Amino acid sequence: MLVTERERLRDDIKAWSQTFGTERNALIPILQEVQKKYSNISQYAMQVIADVLDIHPVEVYSVVSFYSFLNDKPKGKYVIRLCQTISCDMQGKDRVARQLENDLGITFGETTPDGKFSLEFANCLGMCDQGPAMLINDQVYTHVTPEKVHDILENIRRTFGVFALETKEGHH
Amino acid sequence: MSNTSAKDDKFSRAPVSQRPMVVPTQEGGIGGQVSVTIDSVDVKVPLGTTILDAARSIGIRIPTLCYHEDLCIAGVCRVCVVEVEGQRTLQAACAYPITAPTKVKTHTRKVRQARRHIIDLLLSNHYGECYTCSRNNNCELQSLAKEYGVDFFRFGHPTEPRFEIDDSSHSVIRDMNKCVLCRRCVRTCIDMQEVGVLEAVYRGADTRICTFQDKPLADVICINCGQCINRCPTGALRANDPTDDVWAAIDDPTKHVIIQTAPSPRAAIGECFGLEPGVPLTFEMNTALKLCGFDRVFDTNFTADLTIIEEGVELLLRLKKALVDKDPSISLPQFTSCSPGWVKYIEHFYPEYLPNLSSAKSPQQMFGAVIKTYYAQMHNIDPKDIVCVALMPCSAKKFECNRPEMTSSGFKDIDYGLTSRELAKMISEAGIDLPKLHKSPFDDPFGTATGSGVIFGATGGVMEAALRSVIEIVTGIRVEEIFEHADIIPVRGFEGVKYAELKIEKVGPVPDLLKGLFTDFNWLLGATLKVGICHGTANAKKVMEDIKAGGKFSQCHFIEFMACPGGCLGGGGQPIPTSPAIREARARAIYAEDSAYTVRKSHENPDIVKIYTEFFKEGPCSHLSHHLLHTHYTPRGKYIAE
Ligand code: SF4
Ligand code: SF4
Ligand code: SF4
Ligand code: FES
Ligand code: FES
Repeated sequence: MLVTERERLRDDIKAWSQTFGTERNALIPILQEVQKKYSNISQYAMQVIADVLDIHPVEVYSVVSFYSFLNDKPKGKYVIRLCQTISCDMQGKDRVARQLENDLGITFGETTPDGKFSLEFANCLGMCDQGPAMLINDQVYTHVTPEKVHDILENIRRTFGVFALETKEGHH
Repeated sequence: MSNTSAKDDKFSRAPVSQRPMVVPTQEGGIGGQVSVTIDSVDVKVPLGTTILDAARSIGIRIPTLCYHEDLCIAGVCRVCVVEVEGQRTLQAACAYPITAPTKVKTHTRKVRQARRHIIDLLLSNHYGECYTCSRNNNCELQSLAKEYGVDFFRFGHPTEPRFEIDDSSHSVIRDMNKCVLCRRCVRTCIDMQEVGVLEAVYRGADTRICTFQDKPLADVICINCGQCINRCPTGALRANDPTDDVWAAIDDPTKHVIIQTAPSPRAAIGECFGLEPGVPLTFEMNTALKLCGFDRVFDTNFTADLTIIEEGVELLLRLKKALVDKDPSISLPQFTSCSPGWVKYIEHFYPEYLPNLSSAKSPQQMFGAVIKTYYAQMHNIDPKDIVCVALMPCSAKKFECNRPEMTSSGFKDIDYGLTSRELAKMISEAGIDLPKLHKSPFDDPFGTATGSGVIFGATGGVMEAALRSVIEIVTGIRVEEIFEHADIIPVRGFEGVKYAELKIEKVGPVPDLLKGLFTDFNWLLGATLKVGICHGTANAKKVMEDIKAGGKFSQCHFIEFMACPGGCLGGGGQPIPTSPAIREARARAIYAEDSAYTVRKSHENPDIVKIYTEFFKEGPCSHLSHHLLHTHYTPRGKYIAE
């Protein structure tokens, strides 16, 4: 990481701690902000956060590793999360999963070589009555079928760069 | 119990909303008692007492695993489950505060089955064989399995390790295949030591105890205190054990193997041989060491006395430069430097205060330097053939003796750091029944030590030893005339942070030893010497934060810091288990040994006087003593490299 980038990160975290406070309970909101702006929470960010909140880096790491929506490694611009919990499973999530893997040429837990898509499983998204359910960044897709998968992905591919789904300042 | 709320504790890590309520007790003035029936025994306990404590108070045993007397409650293992009338599910006794009349059953069929299942489940994830394990016969998981009659692996047993063993550290080895996720190490390292090396990461079945980003222990900020080892119920954490190398040195006829023994192991090693805590075995241990084959057995107390002289004189020099010469570059308060855990802590967390740290080496390292120079010359032994072993209560000493700067004798000053537990193993291996042995004295020339060296083992001990000497040197009055029996009670005891003041009302002539450094002590007349003492690095943090904020400790002249709770007697190499009661018993043994000495002040030790006339001829804090007995430190900072 470049020095200037580190400085920017540090200033940002300091600023967020002004908003959210420096008690331990400011941890999650600050992590969410870091992730929103930088797309992942780097080791450096974790150490700065620990410093600001007067806790230990390993505690920040513990929290980041606990939540699947927080990540410490760069991910694709579009993170696809397919629900793997029982209702969606019974409604055909396996077929959707296979279609996603085929279409993207990666398996779950991986990111496409061009850095555009990451594929992972999520647990219940609260859309059990409309399964299989899937999240792409902040957008929910319901009643997903293998046929729809292709259309959804194509749609995203066509709108790279301008579409509102994109996370800000994605990592390559 | 105090009736102020824990919410006022500004040092608590928890957000205000999550800090525990302290339930006022009758003793505290308000509050009250509540009645509870445990297995049909009625008892009244203070409101808020846990079921576990209530049961213990009437002699009912409830098994535990994640619970530890030194640590906050976690309630994660569920081994302590009991039936509580009116509750649908079983409750964890260690985490259930009694706030209303309650009926509890501790060993119904349901309870026994649940506990057995919990143990079976733990074993289904536990890769390890007891007979190759460092904790064989002293393992809480093993005992539970025995207690609950585990005779087969109901849910299976892993046949392959899941994790690589992390042996990167000189001090602590982590084998997470044996971890039961009780999180005692996490609570120890974060709450008790404020170092924060370990945490539970990931979630559910993937949960494991990890360092930051799963880096090797040697690459993260660990102060090597070993407190996590002492509280781990299993063999998942253990010390880096050099006994094979030590045996090899003993068996090598060309090597002259020397062992120095620190004050704390002798007060505790009996625990490894089934004795109650608090039975000192100093002289039996000397016999055992000879039987094991060590060529010489010395007492670290000798260099503890040497440390007191060097560190005490360093303090007087600093005071003079600050008070008389008004030299602004002098850093006060001076901090003690004999606890290697504390030294590494300050190097990481407060590197800007390193100038305050006394440059004197720890007694262990001074001993090594003296052995491989003074002693080698005296006995005409080539220092390269000398193997210096240090018996210590401490796992951080293993790191300390491997510091690259600790080679001022031209050799590695100390070759191996051995813990009390490791020596107990060597003694058993040699077929020796330690408690039954006859007594032998220490070997000369470092056989005479003083009580001041002995009390280094307890928190406040270094301060007491230093004060005994500094007071006499400066005032010319015998300490006994100020403090009865030279027992400086205000600096003793297990309070986390202590503070004491002493007014210097008279000064005496400069003793011969210091004539080269001072002409008189008149500049100290009327001054008030202020000292601080703390143990456990969480308390060290409190003191350091106070100093940073310009509080009362910033006005101190001398502060003793010990990384381990209770001081060295609670060190990370001491026998397992540990608890406040065990540490108190060890402290009693140490103070009893101190009062048994005829010479109780470092500067009166005839061997110390001799070494300054024969070897360190220019006196304390001189050129040669600086070279051999003093060291420098590394500002490490707390950033963990990617
Ligand atoms: S940790 Fe305990 S149960 Fe496991 S192998 Fe070692 S002694 Fe046996
Ligand atoms: S040795 Fe001390 S600092 Fe290191 S992990 Fe254990 S408790 Fe923490
Ligand atoms: S390493 Fe030991 S103390 Fe730490 S969680 Fe595992 S079993 Fe418990
Ligand atoms: S099970 Fe998939 S959304 Fe609930
Ligand atoms: S001892 Fe009570 S839950 Fe572990």
